[in-house]
Amino acid sequence: MRKRIYLDNAATTPVDLRVLKEMMPYFNEKYGNPSSAHFLGRETSKALDLARKRVADFLDCSSLEVFFTGSATEANNLAILGLIRSFQKRGKKKIHIITSKIEHPAVLKVFHFLEKEGIKTTYVSVNKEGLVNVPEIEKSITKDTILISIMYANNEIGVIQPIKKISKIAKKNKIYFHTDAVQAINYLDCNVKKLGVDFLTLSGHKIYGPKGAGALFVRDGIKIEPLIFGGGHERGLRPGTENVPSIVGLGSAISKIKEKDKKKVLKLRDKLIIGILKSVPRVYLNGSFKERLPNNANFSFDGVEGESIILSLDQKGIAASTGSACSSKGLKASHVLLALGHSQKKADSSLRLSLGRYNTERDIEKVLKVLPGIISKLRKISGYSLI
Amino acid sequence: MKSNYSQKVIDRFLNPKNMGKIENPDGVGNTENLRCGDIMKVYIKVKNNVIKDIKFETLGCAAAIASSDMICELAKGKTLKEAKKIGFNDVSGELGSLPDIKIHCASLAESALKMAIEDYERKR
Repeated sequence: MRKRIYLDNAATTPVDLRVLKEMMPYFNEKYGNPSSAHFLGRETSKALDLARKRVADFLDCSSLEVFFTGSATEANNLAILGLIRSFQKRGKKKIHIITSKIEHPAVLKVFHFLEKEGIKTTYVSVNKEGLVNVPEIEKSITKDTILISIMYANNEIGVIQPIKKISKIAKKNKIYFHTDAVQAINYLDCNVKKLGVDFLTLSGHKIYGPKGAGALFVRDGIKIEPLIFGGGHERGLRPGTENVPSIVGLGSAISKIKEKDKKKVLKLRDKLIIGILKSVPRVYLNGSFKERLPNNANFSFDGVEGESIILSLDQKGIAASTGSACSSKGLKASHVLLALGHSQKKADSSLRLSLGRYNTERDIEKVLKVLPGIISKLRKISGYSLI
Repeated sequence: MKSNYSQKVIDRFLNPKNMGKIENPDGVGNTENLRCGDIMKVYIKVKNNVIKDIKFETLGCAAAIASSDMICELAKGKTLKEAKKIGFNDVSGELGSLPDIKIHCASLAESALKMAIEDYERKR
């Protein structure tokens, strides 16, 4: 079989074999319900404690500040909705919340939903490099603003946002600050004390852990309301028997994030970006080159459409993506690229290559070998002329 | 993109037989789907009311490219009257069906061909 090249690590990552090994006993050997008082229950309860401690160590917070969820989407929902419900419960009527135009749908759609309930919202713009307009955040704050939610690094273009700067503004104005750090965990400093965030979302399956587990950091002392109701799991914030194997996997995966992976991936990414910019005419890198995750490359190509590039690469055994995996089932151009000021045409012609721990020089060389031909063939089909 | 495309769509997309431009065409159809941004051009050469040659240029997804190629295939050698009857269902059917979300690609191909024929009739 032809070697498969995986360049869609921003969508999901393979489970690290060491992680998988740690998870395995929790399916049919150590299968107790962590809430059970007997020895099997105690065994899994201990496993949850360890996973929680590993996440807490990584974030430099207390285990009591870590709540496991079923996904990062759920963690984002819990942070935003949970905080608002808590304010409402305490009688606050007028509420204003701020986010950016380039958030993941797991934040944006929560904002849309709340808007319909009469909550005031602001979506701050980004510049053409994809960086959030910080003065605009400051200007949009009102006496009713209770929350700012800005992602740490964007999932489509990998642009890193100035989280520390924003958290200072939030603190100064006594506003809570949430960051969706799903794409950042592998590569950026996620020390919540240094970042100054009140909430932080992360996911297991983006860091070589399994699907089915996410986590939310909630700074000690902040009251939020649960969104679902049941037993007392996760200290009442997220009822439902814990997905022990996946949570064990998440804890294991986060403990294996290493500095040397970052350097390796960054080197490959630069080889890829520079190689493509050199070998394909009329190609543009989307998003800042400087403030960018070490694993993200995102391009627009004149005269071709994104999906046809993906399918052509697919035929060569290369797994890539247009914007995000979530928007690719729809017809809509990427909201992120549109927010950068791109025309729909340019936004439609995007290709995201997201690298990971297991990519090699040869993977990159293969892409650099086949991509120029694919683009020129698709341009022939579209009748696009370079002259 | 979900690659729940049929093998026929993928084959057509990878190896379109009718792509390109016809110099001095007798009719040109130029359509754009405003929702997804795809652009399709169909060029025809007509002799004795029969489509003698037909080619396309398409900026779009795999389904759009496969649909353009297929409509050219279906129209080639047909009389104008016959060609006008080719609908998106014929295109989709010949491709072994398209995903629901991509049916509009076949419609776009249908209108591109109709526009090319109208263009020819208008010029005559």
